[in-house]
Amino acid sequence: MTEPARTERPRLAPHTRLSFDRARQRHVLLTPEAVIVLNDTGAAVLGLCDGQRTLAEIVAALEPGYREVPADEVRQFLGHLAAAGRVDLADG
Amino acid sequence: MDRPYGLLAELTYACPLQCPYCSNPLDLSRYGDELTTAEWQQVLDQASELGVLQLHLSGGEPLQRRDLTQITRHASALGLYTNLITSALGLSAGRAEELRAAGLDHVQISIQADEALLSDRIAGTPSFQRKLTAARLVKKLDWPLTLNVVLHRGNVDRIARILDLAEELGADRIELAHTQYYGWALRNRDGLLPGRDQLERAETVVRAARTRLQGRMEIIYVLPDYYSRHPKPCMGGWGRRQLTVVPNGDVLPCPTAHEVPLPRASVREHPLAWIWDQSPVFQAFRGTGWMPEPCRSCDRRELDFGGCRCQAFQLTGDAARTDPVCQLSPDHELVAAAVRAASDPAPGPSRGAGPALIPRPHPHPRPQPRPEPHS
Ligand SMILES: C[S@@+](CC[C@H](N)C(=O)[O-])C[C@H]1O[C@@H](n2cnc3c(N)ncnc32)[C@H](O)[C@@H]1O
Ligand code: SF4
Ligand code: SF4
Repeated sequence: MTEPARTERPRLAPHTRLSFDRARQRHVLLTPEAVIVLNDTGAAVLGLCDGQRTLAEIVAALEPGYREVPADEVRQFLGHLAAAGRVDLADG
Repeated sequence: MDRPYGLLAELTYACPLQCPYCSNPLDLSRYGDELTTAEWQQVLDQASELGVLQLHLSGGEPLQRRDLTQITRHASALGLYTNLITSALGLSAGRAEELRAAGLDHVQISIQADEALLSDRIAGTPSFQRKLTAARLVKKLDWPLTLNVVLHRGNVDRIARILDLAEELGADRIELAHTQYYGWALRNRDGLLPGRDQLERAETVVRAARTRLQGRMEIIYVLPDYYSRHPKPCMGGWGRRQLTVVPNGDVLPCPTAHEVPLPRASVREHPLAWIWDQSPVFQAFRGTGWMPEPCRSCDRRELDFGGCRCQAFQLTGDAARTDPVCQLSPDHELVAAAVRAASDPAPGPSRGAGPALIPRPHPHPRPQPRPEPHS
């Protein structure tokens, strides 16, 4: 699996869209075929994947409520999504 | 009860192409009285309320609807993920920019082959060059591009070249989907169904390409269910995740259920929520209670839901039977015989050609689409 290195600047793949599912009251990542259900932390992380911030910067920028999230967990989460083609890891 | 995630909006059955594998219904006469723009907008409001997150705009050819941009804009404003499934005929530069501005998220362009002669022969209309132009336009506008290729006997040996073309066009994703035998495809099945040897070669090519293109292009390969041991989990279960609204406002649990003999449900007569929750057509095969043996006592009943109801109906005349694709189905011989015929053709020089294909005709009496200016 390709986990983001420290210098990589993750970005949502162009065919995905971060959204809030009002009917079911939860965050989702939408693609043409799939609906990926996210917890609040996942949504917060993906909301910061703008292709500008590095992984370290994403972890640092998380809202106070999510601050305790370990960088390793974020890296793993993004690695999974990258392997599935939902996140691009652009080296910066 | 589960709420639906995806709405397939078949805006019109008009189409400038004549693909012999087209899954559209054979008799299009009932669908000419199309929903208006305002009616589609209401459908979208109700769908979003019901929990729908993804909207697939399809048909027929959705670009034949002059109000496609308006419909798209409405869907975007509701926060729906909008996906256009198109032959690309009619996707001029102006139209594309309009749709981009309206918030269209994703475009899927179907191509028939890797080169003009064969592609145009399959499509029944010169269209290959226009598809390439449109695909480049999509990339130029910085949209994600997915190519769709329906695979059959006549093009499955060309996957490697089709993938080269996709790479050259800069496609982000390609969906290589074996023909599903509904509508015109079922009518033309004997000429479309590939042989076992063709399938084995195709799988080798796909496997190698996946490795080579890893990280650059996603390859989705949909296996032909005729060659599977068990059926596909059709639509993720009847009335469980998806719904289809056809051009005249009828609502179906799946895009090929037109002929399954169940009472009609129309958005012109009922709210979408009632249709989803309570209409007889959505209730008919929900869950597992309707199942006959061997499904009823099978371990896989929650995995594949007994397969496809439309396929069961089309092959056996009874929508409540086990999908004949399943090797456990008492009707499996119907499928096995077709596979044998495709794999052990009569000796002779005509190997590979198969019976002549009947092109899907243009719907009547809707007027012929007017030609689009080239861009
Ligand atoms: C019915 S078409 C309508 C949209 C547009 N006219 C087109 O062909 O792209 C929707 C999608 O289904 C695919 N398709 C059509 N007939 C099919 C079949 N029998 N089996 C599998 N896919 C099919 C098309 O290639 C297209 O991607
Ligand atoms: S004829 Fe071809 S292009 Fe037209 S709707 Fe059918 S599959 Fe799509
Ligand atoms: S018997 Fe029915 S449930 Fe079991 S695998 Fe076959 S179709 Fe699926």
